[in-house]
Amino acid sequence: MFLINCPYCGERDQIEFTCGGEAHIIRPKNPPDLSDDQWADYLFMRKNIKGVQFERWNHSNGCRRWFNVVRNTATDEIIKIYNMGESSPTIKGNEPKTPSGEPKIGSGNISTTFEKK
Amino acid sequence: MSKKISFTFDGKKYFGNEKDTLASALLRNGVFLVGRSFKYHRPRGILASGSEEPNALVQLESQGFTEPNVKATEVLLYEGLKANSQNNWPSLKFDIGSVNNFLSPFFPAGFYYKTFMWPPGLWKKYEFFIRRAAGLGKSPKENDPNEYEHVHYHCDYLIVGGGVSGMLASEILRQGSNENIKILLIDQNNELGGNFNYGTEQRIYTKGIVNGDEAYSGWIQWLKNHIKKYFNLKILNSTSVFAYMHNNYLLAIQNIDPQISPQNKTLRQRIWKIRAKKVILATGSFERPLVFDNNDRPGILLANSAKQYMEKYNLKLGKKTVIFTNNDSAYQTANFMFRTGIPIECVVDLREKINPYLQKLMDIAKIPIHFGHAITDTSGWLRIKSIKINKIDGKTNKIIGKAINIDCDNLLISGGWNPNVNLFSQSRGKLIYRDLDGCFIPQESFQNEISIGACNGTFELENIFKEAYKKLEHLINPELLFNKFYCEETTYKENIKTIWQIPSSKPLGKTKMFVDFQNDVTSKDIKLALSEGYRSIEHIKRYTTTGMATDQGKTSNVNALGIISKISNRPIEELGTTTFRLPYTPITFGAIAGRNIKDFFDLERTTPIHEWHLKRGAKFEDVGQWKRPWYYPIKNENMQKAVNREVEATRNGIGILDASTLGKIDIKGRDASEFLNRVYTNAWTKLEIGKCRYGLMLGDDGMVIDDGVTSRIGKNHYVMSTTTGNAASVMSKLEDWLQTEWPDLKVFLTSVTEQFATISINGPYSEKLLNKLCPKEDFSNNNFPHMSFKEINVLGISCRIMRISFTGEKCYEINIPSNYAKNLWEICFDLGKEYNITPYGTEAMHVLRAEKGFIIVGQETDGSVTPIDLDMSWIVSKKKYDFIGKRALFRSDTIKKGRKQLVGILTTNPDIILEEGSQIVEKITKKPMDMIGHITSSYYSPNLKRSFALGLVKGGLDKKGLKMFVPMINKNIEVEITNPVFIDPSNKRLIA
Repeated sequence: MFLINCPYCGERDQIEFTCGGEAHIIRPKNPPDLSDDQWADYLFMRKNIKGVQFERWNHSNGCRRWFNVVRNTATDEIIKIYNMGESSPTIKGNEPKTPSGEPKIGSGNISTTFEKK
Repeated sequence: MSKKISFTFDGKKYFGNEKDTLASALLRNGVFLVGRSFKYHRPRGILASGSEEPNALVQLESQGFTEPNVKATEVLLYEGLKANSQNNWPSLKFDIGSVNNFLSPFFPAGFYYKTFMWPPGLWKKYEFFIRRAAGLGKSPKENDPNEYEHVHYHCDYLIVGGGVSGMLASEILRQGSNENIKILLIDQNNELGGNFNYGTEQRIYTKGIVNGDEAYSGWIQWLKNHIKKYFNLKILNSTSVFAYMHNNYLLAIQNIDPQISPQNKTLRQRIWKIRAKKVILATGSFERPLVFDNNDRPGILLANSAKQYMEKYNLKLGKKTVIFTNNDSAYQTANFMFRTGIPIECVVDLREKINPYLQKLMDIAKIPIHFGHAITDTSGWLRIKSIKINKIDGKTNKIIGKAINIDCDNLLISGGWNPNVNLFSQSRGKLIYRDLDGCFIPQESFQNEISIGACNGTFELENIFKEAYKKLEHLINPELLFNKFYCEETTYKENIKTIWQIPSSKPLGKTKMFVDFQNDVTSKDIKLALSEGYRSIEHIKRYTTTGMATDQGKTSNVNALGIISKISNRPIEELGTTTFRLPYTPITFGAIAGRNIKDFFDLERTTPIHEWHLKRGAKFEDVGQWKRPWYYPIKNENMQKAVNREVEATRNGIGILDASTLGKIDIKGRDASEFLNRVYTNAWTKLEIGKCRYGLMLGDDGMVIDDGVTSRIGKNHYVMSTTTGNAASVMSKLEDWLQTEWPDLKVFLTSVTEQFATISINGPYSEKLLNKLCPKEDFSNNNFPHMSFKEINVLGISCRIMRISFTGEKCYEINIPSNYAKNLWEICFDLGKEYNITPYGTEAMHVLRAEKGFIIVGQETDGSVTPIDLDMSWIVSKKKYDFIGKRALFRSDTIKKGRKQLVGILTTNPDIILEEGSQIVEKITKKPMDMIGHITSSYYSPNLKRSFALGLVKGGLDKKGLKMFVPMINKNIEVEITNPVFIDPSNKRLIA
């Protein structure tokens, strides 16, 4: 339900897009030289971060173009959008905080911090 | 005088007034008992006047129009309204289930979990009775005759709530910004004004309309009228915002014409899907009940709700009213009642004193106040009859002294106010606890949102005015404001003495202090949960079910927190709140579905030849969204007979198939051949122009994901065909590789599935038909061999004809621009009559291809099958350094022995047709048997005159000729593993 600013079409609703998983996984150029483990690593191992994640997105119900998105998976806040082939940007400073002061890991429903007004 | 509206409740006819809600109309008729409680079946009455109502749930209307669990406080009265009480038998006044009330010591929190756990098999039996005993309304069994719809809306400002704050925000934003700014104001009531409460006795001033020195009593009416006149300020009444999601995406449900019965209108509800640049929440607050023994009897109302009923609906609730409060706001009700001449027995106030102004008012009204007292018990079964009050020690909150009995028929309670932070919390904003008046208020917004008024914990009118101007100032040009409201200070101060659980002279175990009225949760249950070791508020909520009813704990959550805090001796702010979830208020399934029902439920794709199939009486099969002819029965033919006839005709005459649903991807560009080399297992560079080649597509895990024939049309031009179901996913996967992995390749993909229809002409006489169709062309083997392609003018239309075959017969596939397809099909059909041309459907297609041992991706494969497993290593290039999936074919797992491999399977008894999906075992042993494979395809072959099947069997390629078994429920079927090609293994028919 969040908005994604497609670099080719502009801001559109999330339902027009498909997430393609973690970005910057490059298909090895020399598959025959790789061990089973190395191949499995390319094939299967993906990060699933609660926080800032680099992802590939496709405007599948629009221009069908792929692009990269930096997204806080805890808040669905989109931090940066950049083209395929560009190297991953460094996100300065701390990770964007999660809403309601959620712990980084856990159900996220329990407020563990509070301040006196 | 407003006109009378008739309605029925539990079959009895009553009359109400034009602006009544069902709740106010029932009270007008002296109906205080409206329902039975969820668990104990205790008699319950109307507690509140809005969306927070926990008790007064009714079944509205009957048959298809019926809606269960509707809050009587939210239904506007219409002529002929029919409502029934819920959860009682045989009647509301005499409900057998209420025996639970006296058995209540046996129904503590977690009762069902603890009691019905064992023996496990019996749960289904228990469940039947439990669901009958504890329940709410009944869901309808008939179709809903009303319509529902969805509307998308975009605006600059969305203001939620049409009370004083919401109206004021609309006025300020409209005055202070230019006309192009689009504003939407949503109010859940039929009329603006909300729950306006505080300050009716305050002097209001406004500069710009009347002289600033004069009090302006008409201000609220002015505001109501004035905002309705604005251009670009849309007001939705009878509409509730029920969800606040990402990027200011909010959902609201609108009741269409709420004062017309559903039988007399078509459209019942509309869901608004709103995207707003800025959201202003002005959702007000809810009054809290007090938690004391037997606080749930009919005739007990929230003090401010009672004032609403008396003031707005002109009702007199009882003859003997007692007010029980811990704060100033209830004195407004007292004052109002005094002014309108409704008698009050007394006020019971937990506090030791009130401010001198209020004291003076009460003295004038001669209303006795019991300071420092609490109600410790009540009596009256179907309606409250009397209360017991006790003096409370100011410090220890313990009972001192003897109880006094007071008779009453109406008890108004007020335990303070809870800001309605549901939507704020859904927007993922952060709340903070305010000790002063014991409530959670918004602290930090997460989205582009502003909370104002009572939902922000701002209760006094003078502060509401100040806050609205201050918080909205940065959004507007203040110079454009032509008037400004302000007012004198209120006499009703935030001054509250919070006792979360009023003491009782009985031990807690003997009391019924209801916290959650709708789910029948008492403070005793909460204590039990704590003593059983529950700590997290989320766990206590689930164990006791506090706040889990359809009202989502609007009246109960904060009280529950308070009680937990007191019992566990932890500060409330440390406990946190439970998650506020959407929907804010229950919504109907009809509204969720909207127009997406029946024909609009899912897309239906049909080929250009569809009408012909319909006329021919075809039975259809759903393949993805496509409607494909399954078989074409003649007269009373059953499926097997029709399929046999279609299969035989194709092998002996001509079979004609509509293959238009196959995916077609046009591939162009400098690197098209290289691209195909990478995505298919075989080599493409040397394919001649005008030739076709079969390809298998793998994932990078080595598993087969698609197959199809690709034809080379030009040097840098191919057309790829994909399976019907995978057309879209293959296209998007290919785009993915091109755009993200190989941006250096110059290749362009275009889907042409719908641009071309495909007519597949199969059988020994297919060449003859083609000759009749295009007499000047040469379709012979020499000129047009198997696996070749030509662009041919057919009756003036340029067509792509491929000589490829999915049946094992000589076959020509004509690809023709879709608009001409039906015409060509009909012509082929006429020309082919002398060869017994027969249309065949997908079932015959399956039989034909299986006889030939051709696989179907998704039937013989399931995402775990490699080309080697399919005995198709001939198509896997050994020379290519790399292609998608190649590396994975040499993983330890894919090369290990004993993988499931494709084989043919014949039953010893030729009449038995195996069930697809059944398991294969080598030996019949004790269960569990060692399963070594399964049946993927199984049919009867009229050509073989027997049944046959394909299957995947562990190490199957080495097991041909061996006998095995397919164990079924009542028999074990003996089978033989065979070669999967049953017809024409030498391809004589194909190239004939």
